[in-house]
Amino acid sequence: MSSPEYWTKPWPSSSAEKPPPPGSNQAAVAARPTAEQVIAGLRATSEGGPDLVQLLTPEGERVTHPHFDLDITPEELRSLYRDMVLVRRTDRECNALQRQGQLGIWVPLLGQEAAQIGAGRAMRPQDMAFPSYREHGVAWCRGIDPTDLLGIFRGTDHGTWDSQEKRFHPYTIVIGNQVLNAAGYAMGQRLDGKVGDGHQDDAEATIVFFGDGATSQGDVNEGFVWGAVYDAPVVFFCQNNQWAISEPMERQSRIPLYQRASGFGFPGIRVDGNDVLATLAVTRWALEECRSGNGPVLIEAFTYRMDAHTTSDDPTRYRLSDELEAWKLKDPIERVRVHLVRSQFADADFFAQVDAESDALAERLREFCINMPTPPADRIFSHVYSENSPVLDQQRDEFLDYLSKFEHAGGAL
Amino acid sequence: MAETTSRTATRSIDTTNRSGSLGSDEQPASTQKITIAKALNLGLRTAMERDPKVLLLGEDIGKLGGVFRITDGLQKDFGEQRVMDTPLAESGIIGTAVGLAIRGYRPVCEIQFDGFIFPGFDQIVSQLAKLQFRTQGRVKMPVVIRVPFGGGIGAVEHHSESPESYFAHTAGLKVVACGNPVDAYWMIQQAIASDDPVLFFEPKRRYQDKAELDTSVQPIPLHSSRVLQEGSDVTVVCYGPMVRTCTDAARVAAEEGHRVELIDLRSLSPLDLNPVFESVRRTGRLVVVSEAPGQSSITSEIAAQVQQHCFYSLQAPVLRVTGFDTPYPPTKLEEEFLPDLERVLDAVERSLRW
Repeated sequence: MSSPEYWTKPWPSSSAEKPPPPGSNQAAVAARPTAEQVIAGLRATSEGGPDLVQLLTPEGERVTHPHFDLDITPEELRSLYRDMVLVRRTDRECNALQRQGQLGIWVPLLGQEAAQIGAGRAMRPQDMAFPSYREHGVAWCRGIDPTDLLGIFRGTDHGTWDSQEKRFHPYTIVIGNQVLNAAGYAMGQRLDGKVGDGHQDDAEATIVFFGDGATSQGDVNEGFVWGAVYDAPVVFFCQNNQWAISEPMERQSRIPLYQRASGFGFPGIRVDGNDVLATLAVTRWALEECRSGNGPVLIEAFTYRMDAHTTSDDPTRYRLSDELEAWKLKDPIERVRVHLVRSQFADADFFAQVDAESDALAERLREFCINMPTPPADRIFSHVYSENSPVLDQQRDEFLDYLSKFEHAGGAL
Repeated sequence: MAETTSRTATRSIDTTNRSGSLGSDEQPASTQKITIAKALNLGLRTAMERDPKVLLLGEDIGKLGGVFRITDGLQKDFGEQRVMDTPLAESGIIGTAVGLAIRGYRPVCEIQFDGFIFPGFDQIVSQLAKLQFRTQGRVKMPVVIRVPFGGGIGAVEHHSESPESYFAHTAGLKVVACGNPVDAYWMIQQAIASDDPVLFFEPKRRYQDKAELDTSVQPIPLHSSRVLQEGSDVTVVCYGPMVRTCTDAARVAAEEGHRVELIDLRSLSPLDLNPVFESVRRTGRLVVVSEAPGQSSITSEIAAQVQQHCFYSLQAPVLRVTGFDTPYPPTKLEEEFLPDLERVLDAVERSLRW
């Protein structure tokens, strides 16, 4: 999929100047980026490059692509718009709940709605998804109620959805671990005979989500190796949101991430991650490749994290406001809205209805969140093992007995 | 050792082919004399025959049969899909086993040598150990990780370590160590049948130890310790490769009039310490033996628990005989590092003299 010139032409080239020797007086001066570096950085984060797959421009115009196109009805378009608006509203409400002390932390997805809804809607019910911890949009597509996400961030649980039933693995906090787990799961799908010709109706694939920072992890690279050598039906879906907390892309890779796939022996595609149609088309194709035995595939969804890494983060310390402003012009929701209006696929009533639905969802989330009960203390000891554990049973009983003394004394815990 | 011993001559004692005193002089018709290595092979084969979801994953386990030949012949009989020669990356082996387990398989991973488990440590403690708790039992993790462990084989660095305490320290994991062919045969099958992740430590320098295996005798539960030899003077607790060392020590001690009660822990997490407590309450003395470094280890846990539960019964402080709190030394020094019969007997004597 990639042009050979990429291998001879560095892209982006932001490291033309050699760093000064350690301890040199130039160090303080060089710590400030040069004009060329600023421009290169902006290019790296705002331009997807010539191989970027796009079907809907930031101005809301439908364009074609020689390899990927999408036959989509106005109703489906409206549905994608609705998904993105509701997911963004979930995200903003949870961000606010964190600021008000109702959630311990929140991981914003603002700006990544198209990448997640596009990928999530490309899945069939039997496909399996392995998220990291920002995939609130994919969770939505898997039929997980947004309230199910709250336990993790309010600290009442580690995820309350049934991952086997929803076919959406629990959030994984350690960077990149889930990529190997997904590769193994996909190996199991192949062992079960769910891949390849003759099994098309019940064919399955796995999709795993990770960020640009995760591509530096050994587990992600090992996942690529395993996926490749076992022909596992797994789509590696990298949301390149340009920043791994404060570390920019240039701290992760010298080449565009999608090009790494060729080194592992499977296709890599860069898609406009702010374009829900392109993401849907490319992911649909990639999952089908996997279901028919041609996996794995790497997708790099080129997008941008509009908010902080988490609510504990302060992106104003490490990134330029110009960058943020440039990406605001590529907003994933606005371009669909413009397209719907221009094409007369939706009227004012539709947008009002989605807004009302969004308000109702936010209210429901808030009410649910502030009323979430703290689990009983014996939750600490439950399901550590599959069978009874006399050691833990004793620890639990002793601890509950200790707590009961406070209750008898009328004290509150 | 602060005290000297007069027993240097016993260093040359012949201890070949003597395992944990489980055999009897008479061989029933259903028994066979078998090594630990063969017992593991047979146990794996039996588990794979019983359950088609059992898969083996590891480096060189297929055609080669593993560097210790534990999986010898299994790929030939069960195929490449059930006995998978994997790429050389331990995190990959364990991380994909986690995924296979989610899918409903029962993977058995082979880590080639103890010191190579650390690239897979993150997957073990972050995912394998916690998924069941995280999902409140909705996702089971029936994964076994086989680890040939311990020293004494004259190997280079990273091939002789005893990392079991790292895993016993992690909730959600179970950790066991077999010390003789009979346990090897049964415990590997029990570990595979468990819905919990099990770190299965194999005493690599004892792989060729032989004993009689009678498959008609049903095994004790996986997480039970076993009294190998009853005695009333001092309790000795051990596991894995130290089982044979301590069996020999107990025999020599008996010749000198000391009746040692010998207990093989078998399970390191959970620990089955009730037999140890009962024994110490009778003997009043405890020596705990392991070749792992002693600091913050299985042996220190046992010492702590025994002082808590048997405080008024103790006639002497709990003594430990362990590897030193150093990196495993070069081969020419490993005999000095590893607890041997002399050091065990010295500790027994010190306990009795207290």
